Amino acid sequence: MTGYAIRRAGQAVIVVLGVTAVTFLLEHLIPGNLARAILGGRASPAEIAAFNHANGLDHPLVQQYLVFLGHLARGNLGYSYRYDQSVDSLIIHQLPNDVLVVGCGLVLALAIAIPLGVAQAVHRSRAVDHVATTAVFALYSMPSYWLGLLLAGLVISLRAQRALPPEVPSQAGSIGGLLADPRALVLPVLTLTLVNIALFSRYMRAAAIETLAQDYVQVARAKGLPASLVLSRHVLRNSLLSVTTLVGLSFPAILTSGLVVEYVFNVPGLALTYYTAAVNADYPVELGVTVLVGVVTVLGNLLADIAYAVLDPRVRYG
Amino acid sequence: MADSPLVRAFARNRLGVLGVAIILAMAFCCFLGPLVYHTDQVRANIQITNLPPGRGHPLGTDDNGYDVLGRLLLGGQNSLEIGFAVAVLATTLGAAWGAVSGFTGGLADAVMMRVVDIGLAIPAIFLLIFLSSVVRPTAGLLIIVISLLSWLVPARLVRGEALSLRTREFVQAARMMGSTRLRAVAVHLIPNTLGTIVVSATFQVADAIILLATLSFLSFGLPPPAVTWGGMLAQGTTYLSDGYWWQVYPAGLAIVITVIAFNLAGDALRDALDARLQRR
Repeated sequence: MTGYAIRRAGQAVIVVLGVTAVTFLLEHLIPGNLARAILGGRASPAEIAAFNHANGLDHPLVQQYLVFLGHLARGNLGYSYRYDQSVDSLIIHQLPNDVLVVGCGLVLALAIAIPLGVAQAVHRSRAVDHVATTAVFALYSMPSYWLGLLLAGLVISLRAQRALPPEVPSQAGSIGGLLADPRALVLPVLTLTLVNIALFSRYMRAAAIETLAQDYVQVARAKGLPASLVLSRHVLRNSLLSVTTLVGLSFPAILTSGLVVEYVFNVPGLALTYYTAAVNADYPVELGVTVLVGVVTVLGNLLADIAYAVLDPRVRYG
Repeated sequence: MADSPLVRAFARNRLGVLGVAIILAMAFCCFLGPLVYHTDQVRANIQITNLPPGRGHPLGTDDNGYDVLGRLLLGGQNSLEIGFAVAVLATTLGAAWGAVSGFTGGLADAVMMRVVDIGLAIPAIFLLIFLSSVVRPTAGLLIIVISLLSWLVPARLVRGEALSLRTREFVQAARMMGSTRLRAVAVHLIPNTLGTIVVSATFQVADAIILLATLSFLSFGLPPPAVTWGGMLAQGTTYLSDGYWWQVYPAGLAIVITVIAFNLAGDALRDALDARLQRR
């Protein structure tokens, strides 16, 4: 178990280093150079040289990368020239909003998708299963913003904008502002919940079908355990196992829909900041957020794998 | 591949046939439709902006006076072309990478798979937005970049198959008889993973179309005058509360129907291949 965890963590470290290297190279892919991108087209050569010197851009690439890594290790993600603020402070200010919205969407989706998967497996190939499969298939084929737009359009055509505002008011900057009027959060969270259900549900159904066919489930039934107990003790708990891996692997997809949904509903989170940074060519913010997203994904995968090994003795001793 | 049991197994799946029919009809309309249904998508006409569907404009006009149906057809050309090109390029690259990695094993496999892990750790949309904010995207550039971000999943799938195939007797026998590694991969491995590869390519088209539409929706896709479904949707969204439904729903439906069609076809193809394997 410890050996497995160490090996897995070693892989994660390599991948994190790779992610930082890719991001670092991207910064240097910017045509012309960073100085011109930030100081503008009319900057004199002297100004550019001064900027390059001040930011260590006149050193060899390898040395710059090591400096970049050193900054990252100390939690320094860069400096936004547009906001005249460190990327860290931007992130700290807005990350709670993302955690709230994306987290609620994820937890609600799991709370629905897991029991739904078990129910579908139990009533396999009957009307309930077919209806659920079709609905999930349709949801799965919809880009997340389209689903968001449909929900917003529905609210507008029902004239229910007051009860369910289709847009978060732009003055709600921090998490306090968001929670002051939680009605505006209903649509983004609902959209993310549906998107994530579509992502998880088929796997949950497949996992539950596989569990139902296991010998221990047959034994539990044969010894006369009530169906509800068989499902909750044996089937549901084993479905939870595959959820850990699935959530870990789905991190990029979850964050992508988070980005899009924040944009559609004007949720003041990191994703919206990323979008604004991209519009304004605020490269340090873009790259800082990209590194953060990459590291969060790798850590999510790592935690999921280790949690799986802890929960499932077959992996531990296998 | 095109042996009749497979085709029969596929044809028995009505949803899969429906998917293929939708794809063919969509391609037919988008590429041949504009030859019959002439519209001006270059010059804006401010006299006919935001017209509801009616005579002369079956799906109305947008805020520049462009005919929405004509725009849908043009947008479909972009989506299908880029989607197919990405599927071919990304799947080829992924299959080659996965086959070599799985077949070689050892250190090379570990290194090659870490490269895949690194690629998978950064969500594609973040990289695409970054690149589009740096350079002005063209169709060719988008195809290359989306392919470079999409080959990772097929690479993993094919590697998994290669790992189990390389221990099989016929591959061992070929190696024993002096076949080179490259030949073993090209002649024995790739043809046996072709099923996985084709199924994965079908889903790749759907994913690429969604990614492209998302990018255009966020206004980082192909710049005007290129027409994209995502771009039409983004433009129409502005008028959602004005009740100009024809500027939003047709474009959105076009994306969803196309993606559903490719997913149906992919699911059916996978089931057909499974059925064929089970019968053996």
